[in-house]
Amino acid sequence: MTVKGRVHSFESFGTVDGPGIRFVVFMQGCPFRCLYCHNPDTWNFDGGTWYSVDEVLSKVKRYLPYFKNSGGGITVSGGEPLTQPEFIAELFKKCKQEGIHTAIDTNGFADSSSHAVNTLLDYTDLVLLDIKHIDSEKHKSLTGFTNEKVLEFAQHLNERKIPVWLRYVVVPGLTDFKTDIIKLRKFIDGLSNIEKIETLPFHKMGEYKWKKLNHDYKLYDTSPANENHIEEVRKILYPDKLKSQ
Amino acid sequence: MKNQAWNGFVPGKWQDSIDVRDFIVNNYIPYDGTEEFLAGPSIRTKKLWEKCKKLLNDEYQKGGVLNIDTETVSSITSHAPGYIDEENEVIKGLQTDEPLKRAVIPYGGIRMARQACEKYGYKLSPEIENIFENYRKTHNDGVFSAYTPEMRKARHSGVITGLPDAYGRGRIIGDYRRVALYGVDILIEEKKKDLNALSNATMNEANIRLREELSEQIKALNELVEMGKTYGFDLSRPAKNALEAVQWIYFAFLAAMKETNGAANSLGRVSDFIDIYIERDLKAGIITEIEAQELIDQFIIKLRFIRHLRTPEYNELFAGDPVWITESIGGMCEDGRHMVTKTSFRLLQTLFNLGPSPEPNITVLWSEKLPTGFKRFCAKVSMLTSAIQYENDDLMSKYFHDDYGISCCVSAMRIGKDMQFFGARCNLPKLLLLALNGGKDEISGEQVAPECEPYTDEYLDYDKVMSRFKKMQKWLTGLYVNTMNVIHYMHDKYAYERLMMALHDTDVNRFMAFGIAGFSVLVDSFSAMKYSRVRAIRDERGLISDFEIEGDYPKFGNDDDRVDSIAVSVVKDFYNDLKEHETYRNATHTLSILTITSNVVYGKKTGSTPDGRKKGEPFAPGANPMHDRDKMGALAVLNSLAKIPYEYCKDGISLTLSLVPRSLGKENETRLNNLVALLDGYFSQGGHHVNINVLERSVLEKAMEDPYSYPQLTIRVSGYAVNFIKLTRQQQLEVMARTFHDRV
Repeated sequence: MTVKGRVHSFESFGTVDGPGIRFVVFMQGCPFRCLYCHNPDTWNFDGGTWYSVDEVLSKVKRYLPYFKNSGGGITVSGGEPLTQPEFIAELFKKCKQEGIHTAIDTNGFADSSSHAVNTLLDYTDLVLLDIKHIDSEKHKSLTGFTNEKVLEFAQHLNERKIPVWLRYVVVPGLTDFKTDIIKLRKFIDGLSNIEKIETLPFHKMGEYKWKKLNHDYKLYDTSPANENHIEEVRKILYPDKLKSQ
Repeated sequence: MKNQAWNGFVPGKWQDSIDVRDFIVNNYIPYDGTEEFLAGPSIRTKKLWEKCKKLLNDEYQKGGVLNIDTETVSSITSHAPGYIDEENEVIKGLQTDEPLKRAVIPYGGIRMARQACEKYGYKLSPEIENIFENYRKTHNDGVFSAYTPEMRKARHSGVITGLPDAYGRGRIIGDYRRVALYGVDILIEEKKKDLNALSNATMNEANIRLREELSEQIKALNELVEMGKTYGFDLSRPAKNALEAVQWIYFAFLAAMKETNGAANSLGRVSDFIDIYIERDLKAGIITEIEAQELIDQFIIKLRFIRHLRTPEYNELFAGDPVWITESIGGMCEDGRHMVTKTSFRLLQTLFNLGPSPEPNITVLWSEKLPTGFKRFCAKVSMLTSAIQYENDDLMSKYFHDDYGISCCVSAMRIGKDMQFFGARCNLPKLLLLALNGGKDEISGEQVAPECEPYTDEYLDYDKVMSRFKKMQKWLTGLYVNTMNVIHYMHDKYAYERLMMALHDTDVNRFMAFGIAGFSVLVDSFSAMKYSRVRAIRDERGLISDFEIEGDYPKFGNDDDRVDSIAVSVVKDFYNDLKEHETYRNATHTLSILTITSNVVYGKKTGSTPDGRKKGEPFAPGANPMHDRDKMGALAVLNSLAKIPYEYCKDGISLTLSLVPRSLGKENETRLNNLVALLDGYFSQGGHHVNINVLERSVLEKAMEDPYSYPQLTIRVSGYAVNFIKLTRQQQLEVMARTFHDRV
């Protein structure tokens, strides 16, 4: 099988997307249109560069010494990796043969019954799952889609016992309402595969990319999340049993 | 030999002949723990350092020079004792009779001494000028009486620059530990034996020179004892305790600094040696940990106060008033033990007790086998101070074993056994432009290289250009070696480093250290020719002075073999061509890829290049990829660098990596782990050197606006650290333009 993947870019020194030092592959193409997206240049499904699995694998293998010393591995991010499950499954299969730890960084908008997605999950050690919003309507106004598929995917990962680091972007006035956070906390309580919860502060460093791409940026007037915002969310969201940041 | 000063030491070969390594290996105690045991600064140190900070501030406010003694020719015994704050000074001794008062050392060149005085508003004594203009020839005069017209032209155009032909050559490390271990009397005895051994030798030029040099070495050793006496110390005998060991080492180094102003005078590897004395004193209950730290802190204060008188041109090349007092710590012993001692930690601790500083240039000889506690402490020091650098001990120890030190920035030398003839660097991008333009300088239009047919096609053909470049390189390497031969012949003759060489074995091994600048510009230029289309643009003089690139090409620094293989062959070819040419005193050719801050000036003197760099723009420093062309992040840069073969580049391959703190991870603990893993990973793949800066670009911006609030802001440049505020504005901007690895 010579499946190819559309890749936006690579980062050889990823340190925030999974344990240890990560080689991060940013896939090209994402169905979501998150208002706060800091990589809108990865949306377009026609962009990027085609790579074969072996081409990417040969790059990844160059970082084995760093993985070994830090407990790191590969993280496939995006864009949305689950839009190219065949390619990543093939890549991860080969990574596992090399003993490389594998992770995907996803928004969870995937069909849980898809054969391709499940094959990918067979070779996935960790999922960084970004739940954009627990409230379906707000999820829709934030991303363009409702969240049923995402929550179903989270349940699916739980059933498959695949470890998850749950990520939540705190956007003041958009995602930090107390009632929503309590609801999210309840949802998480029903999952037993969550190893870690990360709250990521909304920042405006991607703003220039929106301008460059002539997209209409709607959060000009939204302020970045500060420590207080994060702390408020943290207090509710973090069950004591979880290692969290 | 027996001596009371050695009581308690494990005996060995070191007692029968000068063999400091044997003493260390027999006596040092490896330390596996963490930094927990370390002490803060003593009250005396605090008081002294407060005074020092004021003096340093005064110096900065006065434009960089506090005072000059214009009336005295500096020598080991030229000045009366000087003090900063006598009662709080644990380690005594200054270069002149007052702190930060600079001395005149005219042997390298009288013009440089005069200009340096004038630049800072002083006037050199007419008597000194008269003597050195009319009666005592200098190194500079010697060189220029032998330079050929071709050498002058190459120097003028900047295709070879930074040559040590107007000041001291430096890069020599005396084995200062010998003075502490043996005392000067024994060293003189040994040198006399060597001198006598030459009594019946044929009196050819080499032997006559050596006998003269030995006599000079002995004189210098006697003067060292004289200098010690003026401070009330008897250096003729071995040091009896840790305080004396540090004092003796410092005096030996100080005396060397009083008789030569060479660029880069490194200290070597004294910490593990000193540690043996400290351990003995601690065990005997003579000192406490606080006093042990006080000794090291105060020693470091003195090293931070070493100054030389330089001209503005020199500062333009090597900014920030550097002395390159490089001290190496860590590394592995050949018997399998690591060489981290408690004093390795104490030395790093000075960066916290006194705050960050470029001097001394602390260099960690990294091995995967170093203990974790030490690795993590180093990473912590890097994260908080950006003041230290790392070199691959597992790589260097194959050639230099376990008692080598780093000279200047990245050059390994066995202490007391190797010396080097320092030789600046060749501007490779300029060489490429000469090759395209028939040997004419692209800026001045002057014929610099031998005339040859200019390149006439519209597009640059990789093979054709490469073959021209190689031809031009053959010419240049010959000229380069010859120029170096002239320089070092004259330096030995007119500015011989008597004391430093007295602290070497008489039968010393010599390197001749050549260098290249603009490495990544050249490599990317060839890559552009090979993988995209480069159109040459000719100006009204008919010279190719600009380029147009059609399409994209792989760039050095992205772990891409298509271009990295070009990098490897550039280095191999250059080195192989150098080796074709005979060197003065049979020195071994070595090569470095290192620029310090000179990449800015070299870029300024070079026209547009086929990689897309425009005329006058700075090169990347050392072996760094060009700014913002490294698109794959920090580790890809490291992987590209690790491909450059050290065996062709034994004078060092310098990389400077600037990381934003958050790029190392979210929590402090993760950051430490990741930095250690980064170093382990880089060096396990054969990388040679890396400077680590961990700071926000915004800090540098603030320091530019408000330098007085950042007197100690230290940042690593190629192979060295500088006080950021002492850089020229242009250099500051260049540092800020460099890639800061960050990820949003």
